[in-house]
Amino acid sequence: MTGSGSGARADPGSTANPGSVADIAEFEDIPGTTVFTAQRSRKGYWLNQFCMSLMKPENRSRFKVDERAYLDEWLMTEAQKQAVLARDYNAAIAEGGNIYFLAKIFASDGKSFQDAAGSMTGMSPEDYAAMMVAGGRSPEGWRSIKEGR
Amino acid sequence: MARVTAGVTTSHVPAIGAAWDRGRSGDDYWRPVFAGYDWSKRWIAEQAPDVVVLVYNDHASAFSLELIPTFAIGCSERFEPADEGFGARPVPVVEGHPDLAWHIAQSTILDEFDMTIVNKMDVDHGLTVPMSLMFGQPEAWPVRVVPLSVNVIQYPPPTGNRCFLLGEAIRRAVESYPEDLEVQIWGTGGMSHQLQGPRAGLINRDFDHAFLDKLTADPEALRRMPHIEYLREAGSEGIELVMWLVMLGALGKHPKELYRFYHVPASNTALGHIVLEAAR
Repeated sequence: MTGSGSGARADPGSTANPGSVADIAEFEDIPGTTVFTAQRSRKGYWLNQFCMSLMKPENRSRFKVDERAYLDEWLMTEAQKQAVLARDYNAAIAEGGNIYFLAKIFASDGKSFQDAAGSMTGMSPEDYAAMMVAGGRSPEGWRSIKEGR
Repeated sequence: MARVTAGVTTSHVPAIGAAWDRGRSGDDYWRPVFAGYDWSKRWIAEQAPDVVVLVYNDHASAFSLELIPTFAIGCSERFEPADEGFGARPVPVVEGHPDLAWHIAQSTILDEFDMTIVNKMDVDHGLTVPMSLMFGQPEAWPVRVVPLSVNVIQYPPPTGNRCFLLGEAIRRAVESYPEDLEVQIWGTGGMSHQLQGPRAGLINRDFDHAFLDKLTADPEALRRMPHIEYLREAGSEGIELVMWLVMLGALGKHPKELYRFYHVPASNTALGHIVLEAAR
């Protein structure tokens, strides 16, 4: 598979990896997936920086005492704050959150990556865990929206 | 002179660290994961490398969105385990090798790789979980480490080909270091996994096995694989596999596979582990 922008490379016979800024648009074609592009990084800057603050125990304590008040200290949008308060990680990602930053929230809650990832699929924690033990989600049908594969 | 003796790849799933740290490594769920490293633990005890150049990615621990280095090399004496939101892992402090790290930084920069030099950096599960898998729970880690952090979180990460070329430059750097050191290079992260969105839980065994095969059978194909293929086939977090190509580039032509282990699942992730002997 080559990227749509790969024609710009000078030497098609080289081992150069076909990467191009034009290829980034293709990332939107993957079902159920949000790639952390420049645009999302800009949108989610303060949401993600809030998450980073939870690496300090004193900030975790302050957040737990009054989540809303702590969130109001940050230049976040109301939609971002609501996503955090609801622990709605799909919403948080739609608002520019990145999963490794959001991990500081669920780690502070004592939740695992499996709990958080499962919560984004619409499956119960038990069903998600059982799917993983059975070998995980097959890529069939989850590769491309436009190609339906 | 120093030389690169071997390469190791391994996934660095945070739940593996948690299982170790909470005494659950003997649970039915985790026992097969740890058993998959028994051979490797014996092997590395015999090898007793002096230094590991450990290629990993920081997971929003040392680097926030304020600063996003594509390639960052840790040049300090020590690296503390990071607090990722639930307290730091109770593992030994990682001892660096500043002299070799600075040598690699200088050599690779003059070799036209624009490295970021880091003198203060906490290390998260990306680095400490591979250490636990390979060395268990010692009082102190039995090897010095040069951490090499690769951005794979903010798009775009470096291409697989760029990672491979950096690996080649690291080999040249090591081979020009005057002290007689045995150096291993580890590539961590992967294999197929997705931690976000409705597609979370994706595992692609066929892709993973083909990737493991190609490390020795067709490295050129791996160098040419575009990001979109990793994302579609191996999940959004499967992009971590580009870091394995830094290791591969450092091993010279025709490294020899010594050991392989593959297991599903480790939490959300397909765990892949391979040990390669470097070309002489």
